[in-house]
Amino acid sequence: MREILLQIDGKKVKAREGMTVLEAARSAGISIPTLCHHEKLEPYGGCRICIVEVEVRGGTQIVVSCVYPVEQNLVVRTRSEKIDRIRKMILELLLAHAPDAFALQDLAKEYGADKDRFEKEASFCIHCGLCVRYCAEVKKKNAVGFVDRGTRREISFIPEIASRECWNCKECFPLCPTEALQAAFVLTQALFLPHLHSNPS
Amino acid sequence: MPRINSPEELEKVRQEILSRRDPSKPCISICAGAGCLASGAGEVIAAFKAEIEKQGLTTEVNTKGTGCPGFCERGPVLVIYPEEICYLQVKPEDVPEIVSQTIKEKKVVDRLLYADPTTGEKATHESDIPFYKNQERNILGSNIKIDPKSIEDYLAIDGYSALSKVLFLMTSEQVLEEVKKSNLRGRGGGGFPAGRKWEGSRNAPDPIKYVIVNADEGDPGAFMDRALLEGNPHSILEGLIIGAYTIGSHEGYVYVRQEYPLAVENVNIAIRQAEEYGFLGRNILGSGFDFTVKVHQGAGAFVCGESTALMTALEGRAGEPRPKYVRSNIVGLWGKPTVLNNVETWANVPLIINKGADWFTQFGTEGSKGTKIFSLVGKITNTGLVEVSMGITLKDIIYKIGGGIPGGKRFKAVQTGGPSGGCIPEKLLDLKVGYDELTKAGSMMGSGGMIVMDEDTCMVDVARYFLNFLIDESCGKCTPCREGMRQMLKILNNIAEGKGREGDIELLEELAEVAVDASLCALGKSAPNPLLSTLRYFRDEYEAHIKEKRCPALSCKELIAYHIDPDKCQACMICLKQCPAEAVIGGKNRIHVIDQEKCTKCGTCFEVCPPRFGAVQKISGEPVPAPIPEDARTIVRKSKEK
Repeated sequence: MREILLQIDGKKVKAREGMTVLEAARSAGISIPTLCHHEKLEPYGGCRICIVEVEVRGGTQIVVSCVYPVEQNLVVRTRSEKIDRIRKMILELLLAHAPDAFALQDLAKEYGADKDRFEKEASFCIHCGLCVRYCAEVKKKNAVGFVDRGTRREISFIPEIASRECWNCKECFPLCPTEALQAAFVLTQALFLPHLHSNPS
Repeated sequence: MPRINSPEELEKVRQEILSRRDPSKPCISICAGAGCLASGAGEVIAAFKAEIEKQGLTTEVNTKGTGCPGFCERGPVLVIYPEEICYLQVKPEDVPEIVSQTIKEKKVVDRLLYADPTTGEKATHESDIPFYKNQERNILGSNIKIDPKSIEDYLAIDGYSALSKVLFLMTSEQVLEEVKKSNLRGRGGGGFPAGRKWEGSRNAPDPIKYVIVNADEGDPGAFMDRALLEGNPHSILEGLIIGAYTIGSHEGYVYVRQEYPLAVENVNIAIRQAEEYGFLGRNILGSGFDFTVKVHQGAGAFVCGESTALMTALEGRAGEPRPKYVRSNIVGLWGKPTVLNNVETWANVPLIINKGADWFTQFGTEGSKGTKIFSLVGKITNTGLVEVSMGITLKDIIYKIGGGIPGGKRFKAVQTGGPSGGCIPEKLLDLKVGYDELTKAGSMMGSGGMIVMDEDTCMVDVARYFLNFLIDESCGKCTPCREGMRQMLKILNNIAEGKGREGDIELLEELAEVAVDASLCALGKSAPNPLLSTLRYFRDEYEAHIKEKRCPALSCKELIAYHIDPDKCQACMICLKQCPAEAVIGGKNRIHVIDQEKCTKCGTCFEVCPPRFGAVQKISGEPVPAPIPEDARTIVRKSKEK
């Protein structure tokens, strides 16, 4: 693998070809916030909180670091007035759904996000897709998926698969940055898998 | 039909087709595009066939259902060759007269000709009608000449000659150079130079490459690609095969939305015919080049018009865009180099090859070459498809071709570029149409939708309409698009309902900025355009809604009231009888009054009040005048006094 030198927040960083900016930054101890990122999963680029500025061909571009590949001599800025403003807004938008999520609260403190800026719509799920992708990519079970699209999009367990697979797994539960996942499972259980209550083996 | 195995054989077949055709034999070409079919073209075609048989002319006259020539407003449209007489709004009952007069007697049926709405002057030929006269119909012009289900018709107008030229007289480098020289830019929205896109794929080392026709046209009011795919499918296939040859691809797809059943049908027929004739499949025309095409029907998602979402859907997964910092011409479908171009872009390719890049670049502006098809819709006299040279002004499209605004209303704005485009105000009507020009004005070329709006259109409502469309079509994957639009729409709804607050405009702008900067794909990045462009040019309308609770266009239901002017009301009972909410109080010789409590603001009273009275008014931003006292409502008519 070819070694690539780039600059992140003024610091020279060594990376390997094929790495993302996020991976390179983390390897150099530079922190970039993420919500939908997971080391074992393919980059998703959904939450957009890991957004950074890069200098490309003389201009500044805004890109998400979890997807953007490292390039030789690339200049990256992980914080700027604009980046902070975008992150603050993203947090405020997500806090309308999951105001009590610790992951969001911690970031909200750092970026000065107001959890009450938008009217509350307590759906809890912030659509990071960690559960969906973990189940598909790592466990290869597809027991939980997204249904519908746009603002109607939500996670849902597929009863036929969930009844077979989930009881002994539940590895997705700790991945969820909010309480939504467990709630969705409990709901599925109650509605479609009543036998699991009586026979937890 | 045996396969054609060489350019010589192709020319022989073509000559043979032409020799069977007598150019002086009358041919009745009736538009069988979706628009004309909806206005009864199918019945007209059947009536012609029956009438011609009845009059014993079956061997002397041809009847043909063709592609869409564009003048949908006046459909069903037909052209009679060789005289090229154009009849509009033809009904089955007109058919016997047309056959006995025009076909037999060579006389023109005057009442079916185009008549200028102001001067009343008649136009006999298509080319005399102002709607057509000011167009440059390089691509669309062929539609009325061919039956899209007949490959012979396409061959008769020189079809597949560009393919033959490319395969036998040009190297793939030369084809690429010609396309690059033409500066053909993508007609689907982005405007990326096709030649550069092709070159990237061509140079990519992977031996497996794909070419795709993007026919997932989903903009409200846009139907350019539908008309081409329905009306001249072979021209798109020919362009696609040329593109495949140039980049070294052997497999292609037509991604067409399933809501276009006629386009699906016609392109499938065209593919079967092209395979049979040897324009597709193994060893095309004996050149050694292999290429196959499959049709994939989209499942009804607007976002699948976005290249990465389209490719994801084609791979059999949910059609969501993927984050890309490597272009899909390098890493595309199944990770292979993929050239995806819009229907209209592909349709331009055979013309560029046959007539040359120099011919192509004589049309257009410095940055935007060639012609562009627009679907001209909304508050416009001549609704339809228009093909114009790039660089024409918006004013010429709207007034010279479109015939202006109907009903004596005043022009307000034109929305270009579909739901991701913007609204351009009257003061910019002299703007030349081109990719960069439209982007600079805060809109975009998009795929070519053009929605004209008059003074009755509320710009807040327009922004709300498009956002509503996009919120439904967003895939929901990324936060700025999904959540940002959710909040933007809430604020816009509030403003339109009179619940707007100080600071709403600034919050909208902030949300829009984040959506533009941080969204994953072009849908989210451009979704705020209708909002931002209306804020840019019609900010005062937003302010009137928020501060004065007034809708200047008198359109937002929650901000208007209907009122009957007691001085003008003639107590004719028309509105009283038609009001579905029974909100009009009154009677014979009793001045009518609207009960504001009961009124649902449906506008029926306003529409039915005879214009000579004009008693029903719309009011916004001010209190409704108190109803006149009961004892003053009786009308004493002069005639009765005598």
